Parts: sequence; structure tokens; C-alpha cells
Amino acid sequence: MLHGPAAPAEKDNASAWKAKLGIKLFWLYCIIYMGFVALAVFATETLKTPVLAGVNLAIIYGMALIVFAIILGLIYNHVCTKKENEMNKGAE
Amino acid sequence: MNYTASPIAIAIFLMFVSFVLGLSFYYARKAKSAAGYFAAGGKIHWFVNGIAFAGDYLSAASFLGICGMIATMGYDGFLYSIGYLAGWIVALFVVAEPMKRLGKYTFTDALDSTFNSKGIQLMAAISTLAVSVFYLIPQMVGAGSLVTPLLGLPHWAGVIMVGAIVITIVATAGMTSTTYVQFLKGGLLIIFSSVLVITVLTKGLSTDPGKNTFFPKQLDAATAMTTGADGYSFVNRIDDAKSGKSFVKLAKDGIETWWMPKGNILEEVQSRTESSSGTLYNGAPKSAGLFKPVGHVTRLLDENGNEIQKTGKTGPFRYLAALSRAEVVRYPKGAQVKLTDGEAHVTLFCPVVSKGADLLIPGQKFKTKTPLEKLNFISLMLALFFGTAALPHILIRYYTVPSQRDARKSTIVAIGGIGFFYILTLFMGLGAMTLGVVDMMDDNMSAPLLANSFNLVLFAVISAIAFATVLGTVSGLIVAASGAVAHDLMDKFMSVQMTDQQKVKAGKVAAIAVGIIAICLGIAFKGMNVSFLVGWAFSVAASANLPSIIMLLFWKKTTAKGIAWSIGVGMVSALGIILTSPSMFVQYGKTAADALHGLDNPGVISIPLSFVTLWVVSLLTQKKKIK
Repeated sequence: MLHGPAAPAEKDNASAWKAKLGIKLFWLYCIIYMGFVALAVFATETLKTPVLAGVNLAIIYGMALIVFAIILGLIYNHVCTKKENEMNKGAE
Repeated sequence: MNYTASPIAIAIFLMFVSFVLGLSFYYARKAKSAAGYFAAGGKIHWFVNGIAFAGDYLSAASFLGICGMIATMGYDGFLYSIGYLAGWIVALFVVAEPMKRLGKYTFTDALDSTFNSKGIQLMAAISTLAVSVFYLIPQMVGAGSLVTPLLGLPHWAGVIMVGAIVITIVATAGMTSTTYVQFLKGGLLIIFSSVLVITVLTKGLSTDPGKNTFFPKQLDAATAMTTGADGYSFVNRIDDAKSGKSFVKLAKDGIETWWMPKGNILEEVQSRTESSSGTLYNGAPKSAGLFKPVGHVTRLLDENGNEIQKTGKTGPFRYLAALSRAEVVRYPKGAQVKLTDGEAHVTLFCPVVSKGADLLIPGQKFKTKTPLEKLNFISLMLALFFGTAALPHILIRYYTVPSQRDARKSTIVAIGGIGFFYILTLFMGLGAMTLGVVDMMDDNMSAPLLANSFNLVLFAVISAIAFATVLGTVSGLIVAASGAVAHDLMDKFMSVQMTDQQKVKAGKVAAIAVGIIAICLGIAFKGMNVSFLVGWAFSVAASANLPSIIMLLFWKKTTAKGIAWSIGVGMVSALGIILTSPSMFVQYGKTAADALHGLDNPGVISIPLSFVTLWVVSLLTQKKKIK
């Protein structure tokens, strides 16, 4: 018995390219996240510094991590969709 | 605190429940095939799926737990928001599309796609069941805690009620009805949390506590303890060696209250007294309503350092900046003092005055002074980051959309919705902290009580959504567990010959069985700390599932045995570390010092261990690789 998808697998020439890009963006985010964790662990007081409109670095960094995830997601989707259309053209 | 059952809350909740049950019966006809039952036929629109992801993911722990933790501990609760959201990056960039491409109904399918290995099928199914059950317990316990105050029903009745509704939703239309319940709940949660935050910002910060908030009375110490002051007469004084604090008991009109000496004055503290004649709150039965919610701002400064009474309507950034200049009174659990007064056991809820600036950085709950504390903190943030993309009930949602592109788009909608919600949790939590609505007996009720302080209808809606939150997440977990039993274990591992319809039937029976087990566990674990168990689920998921998903995708030498061993070692080591941790020793009734080690969060050990196991076993079993 095979264990692949029930529906016929869609052929996607872009999947290797997308996976590579995904990993790069994952590392980019991971480094920024680790930076936050490192500050929280080793330099907690630094996070008190006001950086934007009187709001401290802890809040701004935390919110930025959330907003950055959304922006990165949108960019990734835009680039991937473009690449899929390009690489799968005439593949069918 | 007293809770009265709100008829509007009950009406809104009943409306929601009837609607979702109606929806389930309507979609029941679509769930006749296995693909329909386990994966909603793969026909869900990406946007609906994205919001359903949010509905699935934002469990009671997120909504009630995080808001409650921010309300009592400040920024440390927001760390969960950041970690839970960051985990979606792993889901989007690493897991989403391959999962969709390789799998059928469950994540075991994806892991097993190139191997057809009994070992993987068994281990992945066990890990799915383990993670789902750990995740189910806190949801069910949470359901019971919500029902008690809001509907006036006992804990077990709440658990059975939620269990019965969820079993009906899942057993009728499986993933289709589950998806729409989660979509509705996710959407409503985001919309009404926004309303709540707008109300918090409109109200701003003020040093005038609400009329229902506990605001300590003060008396002249010398007079009160000799001739009596303001009708209070001296009863006794207890010096507590453990906390190093002294407390004075005064009586007025036959009601005994506790006070704390502070220089020349005595300041009132709230108390709970347990004795053979019953439990008293501030010297009277709970129904007298003397025990009040807490939290207020004592000092507020404007941008120029001038003292002000209130900020008035404010924007999100100005609100946070004003709070960092303020001084806040909180009543954290750590400041409670327990002492014996004759035969009675007394809990005194002592205030902690904190600078706003200190509440807006990590450190109130998670200390990072010693190397072990640092390691625990890193371990927690690691489990949050890597746990999300390994949660089985999240992973199965990738099979409900038609294509990989839709899987990706729905993940981005999920990140947008969940991220926005998590930003709101900060304001909801801080709002509860400063507007005097925190119930010291149960900080999980902070968000609903915050709504209550504004408007009864908003309270009703938020409470109904809190119920719906439990329904949505529990349905998702039961679908995941039912898939693990019917599809992974029965169909694949045991090779039970079943027609498509028999598979659906097996899935439904499994859903009912898992639902009943969840009800029993929910009743058995009453009173257990909810966020604690969610932490378990994340750690086990991150340690057992994620290494194999990542290595399967990115290391060509991965073998079936490597995956099976990695899941097993990850699961056992994570559980082993948790069960022997200081927090668990406290749960066993011993002290934290008795624990075998000092690590509360296993991720930092168990995740790398699972990776190493996969690597070593795969290298040792290269010949057996099936390509």
C-alpha cells in the first residue's frame, strides 16, 4: 500500500527553489529571535531603554518580531507565487 | 470574588452552540468518505483555513492564560505570545508545503511517505496521541473552570458539557464542521479582543481605582492596636518567621480582618481563612462579597515628570509609555503569605508595588540571574519556537486545502491573525492589571473580568467566546487523535482491512472514545495549573516530532529506523525530564529541592538529543533505507 497523497500530487517545479528560500528566511528570523532571547537572558536591563515614542526596547523588539513574521510571510508568498507561475509555465 | 451567572452570556453561548451544532449536522453528509471526514475533502478555502488555524491554535491557554499572566506578572506573559507566534515561522518556511505535498490525512503519512515503515507508523501515532492528550487535559480543565463561575454549574458538569458538544461536532462531520467552528471562533476572538483593547485605550490609565476594586484602608497603628480606631479593635498579632512579616488581626462588627504594619500605619490586606467551620474571605462567607478584585495604579506621571490623576484617551504607544512612568500595585502569587492562626489556616494576599518600567521587561516570573535560570529560560523559548510546527492538530490542517499554494497562503493568514491577536493580549493583560479586575484566586479570568468592568454585554460575548475557544481547540485535538487511532494505527500499522466508509466509522468511534477519555481526564485533573500542561505538550511535540520532520526534508540519509528512534527518544526524554523536574516535585507534594535536576523545561536537552538519535541511528541503518 502506498502512502502518498490521496489526490494526484501536483507537479511543482518550484518546490526545491522555494524550500531553499524558506530555509534562508527561517535562519534570518531565527537569528533575530535568538537575539531577543539573548538580550532577555544576558542583558535584561538593556531592554528598559526607550527606543520609540517612549516605549522600551522589550516591547518594540517583541512587537517587531510579530510584525516582522507577518511581513516576511507576505514577501515569501509574493516571491514564491511569482516563481511558481514562472517555473510551472507550460509544465502541464 | 463572586460570579453571578449572566443570562446574556448563557443566551449568547447557547446561540453559538446551536449554530455550530446545526452546521455540523448540515455538513455531516459531506463526511461520508475518509477524505471528507479526516481532511474536509481538501476543499477548504485558504482564507477560511487560515482563520481556522487561528481558531485552532488560540486555545484557552492563549486567551485566558496569557492575559492572566500579563495581568499579574507583566511582560513575562507576553514572552509566550512572542514565542508562540515565532513558531509559525518554522511552520511557514520549513513545514507547510512539504507536509501538504507528502501527506494524506495525518502527519504520520508525511513522515512515512517514502518508507512505509511500521516503526514510524507506531511511534508517530503514539506521539500524536501523547501530545493531543496533554493538550486536551488543560483545555478540558479550563472548560470546567469557566463554567463554574459563569453558569453556576459544578466543574464536572462543565467538562461533560463541553465534551459532549465537541464529540457531537467531531462525530457528525469530522474536519469540515471542526474547520467552520474554528473559523467562527477565531474570527470572533480577534474582533472582540480588538473591541476590548479599544475600550482599554479609550479609558487610559487612572489612579482612581474602580468602585469594585480592592483599595486598602489605612489606620493609625498605635491607636488601632491599643484603644481601637474607626470601630476596629485589636484581636492578635502574628509574626511570620518564613516571610519575615508581621500581621495584625482586627475586628469590627463581628468581622475579623487582617492588617499589615507599614511604618506608623496599618494597611488592610485581603485574606482567606480555612477552618473546621468553613472558609471565610475577608472575615465573611464568599457570598457577602467582601473579597474584591485587585490591581491599580498608585502614581502616574506625564511626559515632563509632573504627577497626574489620569491620562484620558490614549494611543497604544502613549499608553505603554505612560505605564512605564507609572507605579502599579499587584498581588502576585509569590507575595501570598500562609500562616496558622489557632486552628485556622490563613492565606494573606500581600501587595507588591512595582515600577511600570520593571513590569514592561522580562523578569517578574522568569528570573535569569543564575546559569540554571538562564538555561530554563532559553529552553522555554526554544520549545515555544520549535513546538508549534510539530503540533499534530495544527499539521492536519494542511490537508484540508486543495494545494501547496493554498497551504502557504493559509499559513500567512494564520500568522497575520494570530500575530495581531497576540499584540492585543499585551493591552488586555495590562488593562486588567491597571483597572483592578484581577481575581486573586484565578488570574485566568482576567480577560472576561476586564470586559465585565466595561459592559455586561461585552462580558457576555467575551465569556461565550472563551467557551467557544475551548470548543474549537478541543475539536481539532480530537480530530487529530481520531486520525492517529483510525488511520495511523488501525489502517496502517495493524493493516486492518477497511472500506472507505468503515474508515469513517472507525474515525468516529475513535473520536467518541478520545472524547470520553478527555472528559475523564478533565475531571481528574481539576485544579492542575493549565499553562503547565500546555508547556508539556509543546516540549513533547518539539522534541518528538520536529527533528524527524526537519531531517526527513533536509537530510537525504534519513532512514525509517532513524525517524522512529528519534520520535521515541525525543518523547521519552522530554517526558522523563518533565516528570523529574522541580515543578513536578512540587505537584507530587515534595519540595523543588528534592527534584533530580533543576530543569523545568526539557527542550534544551531533549530536542538536540532527538536530532542526534536520528543522525546516529540513520547512519547505522543505511542499508535498510528504502528509496
